[in-house]
Amino acid sequence: MTQLLSPQVQPPLGRSSRPRDAAFAGISRGSGIIVLFTMGAIGAFLLWKALPALRANTVPFLTSTQWFPDDPQPKFGIAALAFGTLLSSVIAMVIAVPVGLGVALYTSHYAPRRFAPTLGYVVDLLAAVPSIIFGLWGLQILMPNSIGLWRWFDQHLGFIPLFNNSQNIYTRSIALAAVVLAIMILPTVSAISREVFNQVPPGHIEAALALGATRWETMRTAVFPFARPGMVSAAMLGLGRALGETIAVALILSATFSINWHVTEPGGNTFAANIALKWNEAGNIGLGALIASGLVLYIITFAVNMAARVVVERRRDFSGAN
Amino acid sequence: MTMTQGTITSEELHDLLSQRKLPRWNTAAVLATSVAAAILLSLMTPISGVAGTTVVAFVLFLVLQTWLSFAVEGSRYAIDRLASTFLVSALVAALVPLASILLTVLVRGFHAFNAGFLTSTMRNVSPRKPGGGILHALIGTVEQVAIAAAIGIPLGVLAAVYLVEFGNRSRLARSVSFFVDVMTGIPSIVAGLFVYTGLILTLGLQRSGFAAGIALAILMIPVVVRSTEEMLRLVPRDLREASYALGVPKYRTILRVVIPSASTGIITGAMLAVARVTGETAPLLLTTFLTQSININPFNGPQASLPTYVWDQIGSGTTASIDRAWAGALTLILLVMILNLSARAIARLSRVK
Repeated sequence: MTQLLSPQVQPPLGRSSRPRDAAFAGISRGSGIIVLFTMGAIGAFLLWKALPALRANTVPFLTSTQWFPDDPQPKFGIAALAFGTLLSSVIAMVIAVPVGLGVALYTSHYAPRRFAPTLGYVVDLLAAVPSIIFGLWGLQILMPNSIGLWRWFDQHLGFIPLFNNSQNIYTRSIALAAVVLAIMILPTVSAISREVFNQVPPGHIEAALALGATRWETMRTAVFPFARPGMVSAAMLGLGRALGETIAVALILSATFSINWHVTEPGGNTFAANIALKWNEAGNIGLGALIASGLVLYIITFAVNMAARVVVERRRDFSGAN
Repeated sequence: MTMTQGTITSEELHDLLSQRKLPRWNTAAVLATSVAAAILLSLMTPISGVAGTTVVAFVLFLVLQTWLSFAVEGSRYAIDRLASTFLVSALVAALVPLASILLTVLVRGFHAFNAGFLTSTMRNVSPRKPGGGILHALIGTVEQVAIAAAIGIPLGVLAAVYLVEFGNRSRLARSVSFFVDVMTGIPSIVAGLFVYTGLILTLGLQRSGFAAGIALAILMIPVVVRSTEEMLRLVPRDLREASYALGVPKYRTILRVVIPSASTGIITGAMLAVARVTGETAPLLLTTFLTQSININPFNGPQASLPTYVWDQIGSGTTASIDRAWAGALTLILLVMILNLSARAIARLSRVK
């Protein structure tokens, strides 16, 4: 403590020469670097361990739909996985984004002030439900109860190829997985867009109302223009979550390696679900093939998340003016 | 509305300034009418079941409400009412699955959930027979999550301290911050793949509870960094300056002034992060898989956990094992909800001050 009283105390805000300060700064800086390094290392390790399998592969990795990595002549490609992943995530988005934005708008600008925080909190609870429970619920409750819905789609909208079902079996389908995914990404979409909706300057809203706009016109003219980047990134973060969801999808889909646009028929597969299902039966090349598909998933979700963040960052920069 | 020049009678003024509106009870009346009509229809026509009737009632309500409003109030208000209806139905659409999930887990979970379930394991229990329990999985989950917390929380908090106190918007700080944001969205299975390739294949670590803990820590870190950073930024600058003015060195200021004043927020964030990883299944399947009996040692061999237990029981697919899966889900959701609710309770308690 005598050190504290010494006259040569440096201004603490400047560059400190004290060894303990330096050590503490070093430790916290080191933690930052470890976090950064981990992020970079993920891609590097996945690529490194996937390379031998990719070299041994005898069919084009990106366009083949086969998955026989442990054959003497290894054959594996991600076309079917990419198709199933994108299709299920896009359907999930189509359902979850309007509902999520609606929930966010309701809780931020429509709900009575007293209930608004509670409502937001209750919807956030969905985010706390583990994905294995979504899978169990989807398999045991939603699947038997939704057969009628899918049959109705087939019978009345079957002229649209997407809803056509030639097998007359309506379980374990991409559509079912997509509905579960939609419920899972709903809290992501609604929490982020709610935050942005709440940031709309009250002045903009009051100005719109003072001009005689109805509540909905206020949303359209004052809230949406301000919040649009946030809404876009909320949707993209939801997409990122849907792309990488594993367990619920693995439980629901009956895994097949084919490209089938009939979303209510059983079958389909995704990157993440395939890894979880095949992991414990895979041989050496099999593991490498799964790691390679994981690398593709990582790159896709990384790109989606990065794009979402860039959209938000740009907003943050100029919203400081408000 | 056209503004007439010259004098206006009071009646004209009233027409100009007021608008014909539907009475307040209109919504309730229209709703009641459409539900009644839908029930009548379902009795007389092939439309059947709760779902069909609900859909018919909803469509009837939309059409009636919009038509009435259009006739009385004009198109702008009709659209406004339509939008409000859609927002409320979005909320209902979000709450129905939540209610259904929580209710089914509660109801189905109690079929096999009892004291014996919590205190026994699956050792020598046939998948077809009822009985057995979850003790081995509870032990595994607690150990793995504790390992994850022991690694993830200090690392995350320190990284956040770096961002707020030392980073100074430097390039390193900005890239750490950006990648933490991106990392929040990486699929959990990728964290499992990373631990498998980086630690198990490369460094020769066993598939074990410890490897699973590291994978969970990777998933925790971004959540901890984000919440801690937010809390540290809330600490007023005056507090730091007062401490510096007393000659306290920076590291002591951070440890004794900044972190304690943000501590409730940091604890809340850490608990939410723990809750988040407690339910993760995918990384555990890759890094530790599962067993049917107790393995106390997280450094040696496969270890069970609650999520992989549920996964395993669903996979067996017999009536008894599905009952066990629901009971496991109930245990898991109770654990996660307790963590979640107490984290939010801590946050709320601290806000009162």
